[in-house]
Amino acid sequence: MSKEWPLWEVFIRSQHGLAHKHAGSLHAPDAAMAIRNARDVYTRRNEGVSIWVVRSADIVASSPGDREALFEPAQSKVYRHPTFFPMPDEVKHI
Amino acid sequence: MYAQMVDTGVRSVKDAAAMTPEEQAFQARIDADVKVEPKDWMPEHYRRTLIRQIQQHAHSEIVGMLPEGNWVTRAPTLKRKAILMAKIQDEGGHGLYLYSAAETLGVSRDDLIADLHAGRVKYSSIFNYPTLTWADIGAIGWLVDGAAIMNQVPLQRTSYGPYARAMVRICKEESFHQRQGYEIMMHLAQGTPEQKRMAQDALDRWWQPSLMMFGPPDADSVHSAQSMQWKIKLLSNDELRQRFVDQTVPQADYLGLTVPDPQLRWNAERGHYDFGPIDWREFYDVLKGNGPCNRDRIRTRVKAWEDGAWVREAAVAHAEKRAARKAA
Repeated sequence: MSKEWPLWEVFIRSQHGLAHKHAGSLHAPDAAMAIRNARDVYTRRNEGVSIWVVRSADIVASSPGDREALFEPAQSKVYRHPTFFPMPDEVKHI
Repeated sequence: MYAQMVDTGVRSVKDAAAMTPEEQAFQARIDADVKVEPKDWMPEHYRRTLIRQIQQHAHSEIVGMLPEGNWVTRAPTLKRKAILMAKIQDEGGHGLYLYSAAETLGVSRDDLIADLHAGRVKYSSIFNYPTLTWADIGAIGWLVDGAAIMNQVPLQRTSYGPYARAMVRICKEESFHQRQGYEIMMHLAQGTPEQKRMAQDALDRWWQPSLMMFGPPDADSVHSAQSMQWKIKLLSNDELRQRFVDQTVPQADYLGLTVPDPQLRWNAERGHYDFGPIDWREFYDVLKGNGPCNRDRIRTRVKAWEDGAWVREAAVAHAEKRAARKAA
């Protein structure tokens, strides 16, 4: 039984100056092959102008159990949104 | 449907009272259309059913390359050949997206492939039929990819996040497949009488197998109810089949071809086409391994895997050597 190629996560930046976005994953023996495979698997229709690959094993993720502790505190802070502050109609450009 | 008769491992669907608190919370999230993600808690049956379904789907994409690959060297023009190769490459890509989605559920790629090769997991019955003429490539794009789209569009809303995201990507690409197939059929149907006969012959042979792709009638489909509660199946087999017939018959009419079903007629009262019975014995027989091409398909896949082993091993050896040199 041969060794399975490691798993890589693929991030693609599209043409319009947006950030790299997770596209999916694939197996490859090394980083160079991961980029080549990512080109074939995830950019067959001009989806991107730049590719990042990173070993899946190197990604650290938050755990679902921490969801409340991490994200709940932001829920009560509605004043962080501009719509919290109503402006009079007479006041322009604000 | 690319995944047929997926076993959920349950005999009956649990109602809320019979569920554990964890199961209740899980079902409540699904009912609220919250996606399940890889690290979330999920019932073991849900996980195993999904692995089976996504895996069947992936294998179907991969094995589905074979009947089309049969015509790459004999495509009638360079343009057709380039288009066919692009389509086959897409199918390979679709298989890879789906294998990755299945792997997020804690199975390894090699195990999935071993399951296919050992016959432990099926692929869609449709790919066990031969492609005898060039018109079959048209019929596959039009009918088989058409049926696949019918099934895959609702699956973009399926409850498991990685599966739903893979479906979004696949659906974007699939419409090219169907159109290129229909365009082949249009050219043949508007061509010489002999070409038109070829197109009709392909429709005659692919019609019933395409209807079977959606799986057995709802009444005989034991696992549908559980899969629908989990939202890993969103529409019933019969519902999808009816939609497919309603959509496809007018397309056949436009081609001037005859759908091979003497009982096919528009039912104004129902607002749908009525169609004749399907030979389910043939379907079960093909699933059991006795279709025209079952043995050949698996033999070809296993050979490709075994012939490629030295390349995979050499690539690993090369990567390890480079890494060792870098570390030194």
